Amino acid sequence: MIKRIERDRRRFEDIVRGKIKQDLKRHLTRGELIGRRGEELVSIPVPQIELPRFRYGRRDTGGVGQGPGDVGTPIGSDGDPVDGSGAAGDAPGHHIREVELTIQELAELMGEELELPRIQPKGAESLTVPKNRFTGIKRAGPESLRSFKRTYKEALKRQLASGSYNPRRPVIVPVREDMRYRSFREEPEAIANAVILYMMDVSGSMGNEQKEIVRIESFWIDTWIRAHYDGLETRYLIHDAAAREVDRETFYTTRESGGTRISSAYQLAADIVQREYPPQAWNVYFFHFSDGDNWGGGDDEKCFTLLHERLLPDANLFGYGQVESRYGSGQFLHALESHLQAENLVLSRIEERDAILRSIKDFLGKGK
Amino acid sequence: MPHELTIDLRTLQEQIEQHACAYGLDFFEIIYEVLDWEEINEVAAYGGYPARYPHWRFGMEYIELSRSYAYGLSRIYEMVINNDPTYAYLLAANHLVDQKLVMAHVCGHGDFFKNNFSFAHTNRKMVDEMANHAARIRRYMEAFGEEEVEKFLDRCLSLDNLIDYNAPHIRRSHYEPPRDEQEPPVEPRRLRAKEYMEEYINPEDVLAAERQKLQEKQRREERFPSHPQKDSVLFLLENAPLKNWERDVLGVVREEAYYFAPQGRSKIMNEGWASYWHSKIMTERALDPSELVDYADHHAGTMAPYPGRLNPYKLGLELWRDIEERWNKGRHGSDWEACDDFEARKNWDTREGRGRERMFEVRRHYNDVTFIDEFLTPDFVRKHGLFVYEYHPSTGQYVISDRDFAAVKEKLLFGLTNFGQPWIEVVEANHLNRGELVLSHRYEGVPLKLDLARETLENIHYVWKRPVHLETHVDEEPVVLGFDGSSHTTEPRKE
Repeated sequence: MIKRIERDRRRFEDIVRGKIKQDLKRHLTRGELIGRRGEELVSIPVPQIELPRFRYGRRDTGGVGQGPGDVGTPIGSDGDPVDGSGAAGDAPGHHIREVELTIQELAELMGEELELPRIQPKGAESLTVPKNRFTGIKRAGPESLRSFKRTYKEALKRQLASGSYNPRRPVIVPVREDMRYRSFREEPEAIANAVILYMMDVSGSMGNEQKEIVRIESFWIDTWIRAHYDGLETRYLIHDAAAREVDRETFYTTRESGGTRISSAYQLAADIVQREYPPQAWNVYFFHFSDGDNWGGGDDEKCFTLLHERLLPDANLFGYGQVESRYGSGQFLHALESHLQAENLVLSRIEERDAILRSIKDFLGKGK
Repeated sequence: MPHELTIDLRTLQEQIEQHACAYGLDFFEIIYEVLDWEEINEVAAYGGYPARYPHWRFGMEYIELSRSYAYGLSRIYEMVINNDPTYAYLLAANHLVDQKLVMAHVCGHGDFFKNNFSFAHTNRKMVDEMANHAARIRRYMEAFGEEEVEKFLDRCLSLDNLIDYNAPHIRRSHYEPPRDEQEPPVEPRRLRAKEYMEEYINPEDVLAAERQKLQEKQRREERFPSHPQKDSVLFLLENAPLKNWERDVLGVVREEAYYFAPQGRSKIMNEGWASYWHSKIMTERALDPSELVDYADHHAGTMAPYPGRLNPYKLGLELWRDIEERWNKGRHGSDWEACDDFEARKNWDTREGRGRERMFEVRRHYNDVTFIDEFLTPDFVRKHGLFVYEYHPSTGQYVISDRDFAAVKEKLLFGLTNFGQPWIEVVEANHLNRGELVLSHRYEGVPLKLDLARETLENIHYVWKRPVHLETHVDEEPVVLGFDGSSHTTEPRKE
């Protein structure tokens, strides 16, 4: 018996997926997804699907409860799954529903929503792994690889040649010699590898909100790029006046108080790439987030030189995101704009959370 | 697939039912099916009915039930449906003592279904009826498309609380009182009077009032429906321009809503009744001493008052016990009410001994509203620590606001009257002589949830096809919400 419930469950899941797509914009700008990321699946909370009815809001009605406590004692806050008096009991409390998506599905949803072009990996020839391909036909082989068509042809040929073929009764009986089998060969196949280097300014002016924005944005960038490459590596660099490489956790949590010398990060990034990720074999992505308040004293110029000579030539994409902080926004973005023009350099200004979406589109809209 | 009852369980069923009958419980034949947890979740998602029409919300229920079972949050002990024979389900993995408890509990429900007045007119062959509904809706889905039919079902379900919860049974058609044969008089009748007495015998102001009354009456006669109609779904069924299959689908939804209504209206009584009887049967007759601890654990689990929440099992059970005690000891009537001596009240016992008898009367003639109204007493509220809570917007918390008896009772009744649903009725179907539909919400100080109300209006519009209006209150101001097919309006109105 096919379970009837399966049909209803699938219908519900379809509806939920549709709903996620609708609400994707909201999810994109919230950090809630990142914490829910498992191995392969991401759980996305979906608001409960409730059929509209004329009814009272629970807040407005209040209700009757039972237990100790004086007048004025709080018994629960908004959002707690507290049922009204009419319906408590055997029905389980209603939770926020979650639906699980693979990272791939999530990336596709985002791509559709933001109309992102697919990334064209470069250097596809240079990195290879061996892979089995069916290339030819052999006279011997396992039965499971027998090619019916070729065997039939051989048998037909033989029967025609030997005159045992009767067009009125076209029975073809293959014998041992007619058998043909598919054969395979190991061939090197190109795979696309990519590395993302995230750089972040952790100077005193980058507050928690700014970091959260960076966190959310880099999660989505990660998700999207990951969907296009077999292997994706990520490296994290932080800098104030000096740059160093850190792990993911530290990247998002560190806060220092020093000044800002952006060139230090660019220098380190260039070194890492040169040492470990030869651009012939790797798709290299740089993303740098800062509030743009660079030290004077010629550091800007140093950055331009580094970008021009070492980073941009090797990079698929260099994204610079300027996050607006409490102290306003720095000049670095303007400076870049006026001094450098390159096809793979993308500048984006992120004023607040709601600008994240637009900024992702800025960065990834080129299909690099 | 449902399994046959094992010999053990069959013997158990016979024993329990003998005990139940000895106490005077009276039920239809009970048929148990033993299911594993996946099956029981599936059946529960469909509300206990083996065949329901296809709809995503059952899938939603199923996911929720399976998840919460898998995470150990909840499990279904007992499920029983109002039908003749009464069907009930047992979870295969349960202990024998649990099965006993469930069977005893089910006897209580079975008795209540059979004997409480509000179930008297429910369809006792509903299992078959639901299967018919399912078959019909499946057929429509094949003919008109799954998407289309399910969408329309969603709209119908969004209206399924617009029925007359207080009607004793489902009405097949609306009764419109016959109109007067003759044209109603437009002018008030004058008494005969001599000319000089005219202004004393037929004073102008009285005549004016009379004239106004007549006009009002005439206006009403011209209006359709002539009296507000509470069963709005029936009104739509009979008067909205629906396709035949749509009419049938709406009819199915209405039929099921009416079938389920008595269960909603007697939840506290019914659960209390079944709990009372399972505890009686178990503790007085059926329980083996070795099972005591498990039984006590599970009984306590069902009765536990969640912090700040009202458990209908618990409230019902305690009210039933209170009734039994009061009529055993004669704690009712004017003498009892008038007595305010604490000692005397505490030791009050007239040896009336009518407790059990009174319980059986009450289970036949009451529903939750009348039950609470009559048997909730100040002593009870104090003893069980009931309170009223309210939402404080400033702190975002629900806070205990009152422990006074009157307030508790009022709040409880408010939640139960009309099944806790807003009172909404069709008042006019030809508004402005343009075939626009007007619904009216009887405002009782609590506003409707506005976003949902607007969406619901859209669904009514889809059914009615002409602009629809809802008279209600927003921010304590009387307004009319309107939807004309493309945009929503909110206009102030005069009371």
